[in-house]
Amino acid sequence: MTINENRESDKLTVILEGRLDTTTAPELEKYFGEKLEGVNQLTLDMEKLEYISSAGLRVLLAVHKKMSKLGGLTLINVGSGVMEIFEITGFSDILNIE
Amino acid sequence: MREKVFPAVDSALDEVLAFTEEELSGCPPKFVMQVSVAIEEMFVNVAHYAYPDKRGEVRYSIEREGNRVTFRLADSGIPFNPLSKPDPDVTLSAEQRQIGGLGIYMMKKTMDEADYVYKDGENILTMKKHF
Repeated sequence: MTINENRESDKLTVILEGRLDTTTAPELEKYFGEKLEGVNQLTLDMEKLEYISSAGLRVLLAVHKKMSKLGGLTLINVGSGVMEIFEITGFSDILNIE
Repeated sequence: MREKVFPAVDSALDEVLAFTEEELSGCPPKFVMQVSVAIEEMFVNVAHYAYPDKRGEVRYSIEREGNRVTFRLADSGIPFNPLSKPDPDVTLSAEQRQIGGLGIYMMKKTMDEADYVYKDGENILTMKKHF
């Protein structure tokens, strides 16, 4: 999985590419642990994310909770495969998806 | 039918998923994705819980018959029926959500059928899905 970012003052857009699974989720968790200093609005561009498993959902839930206190988290360009996983697991109701 | 044995460790996951994709070549992408998620969830559960005291293995077989595919995961770890675990409440809010149990639930929702037996010292989970 590749993580690209676009930071403009307190707004951070993170572009994920590849798969968010048991192997790659720790990398994203570490990234969020380090890069959210001073961020009030976090946007995740999911267009190139092809796959998500419960390990990925765990990381998203944690960052969602963290950002709820600081400002907000929005997911954009969610593909239909990943969207279906969100729907099955109820995450489509928890996460802010545009 | 093709069968492969993998060590029951997270680091084998990439190979497990590569084997899955290889055997499912030509199947619709969403089918492959959902199968892969289900297999990942169940494989990782075995890697994390089945063999607390030693390194163990998972026997993984895939059998294709036209548009119907049967997957079997077998381990000789602690007897455990994943299908007996109650489903998580997926209507809870973010604050109340548990992640535990979600993997098994995702498998149940993405596979058409799932069966468990404990036989000859092995936990055997059989899953079927068609496209």
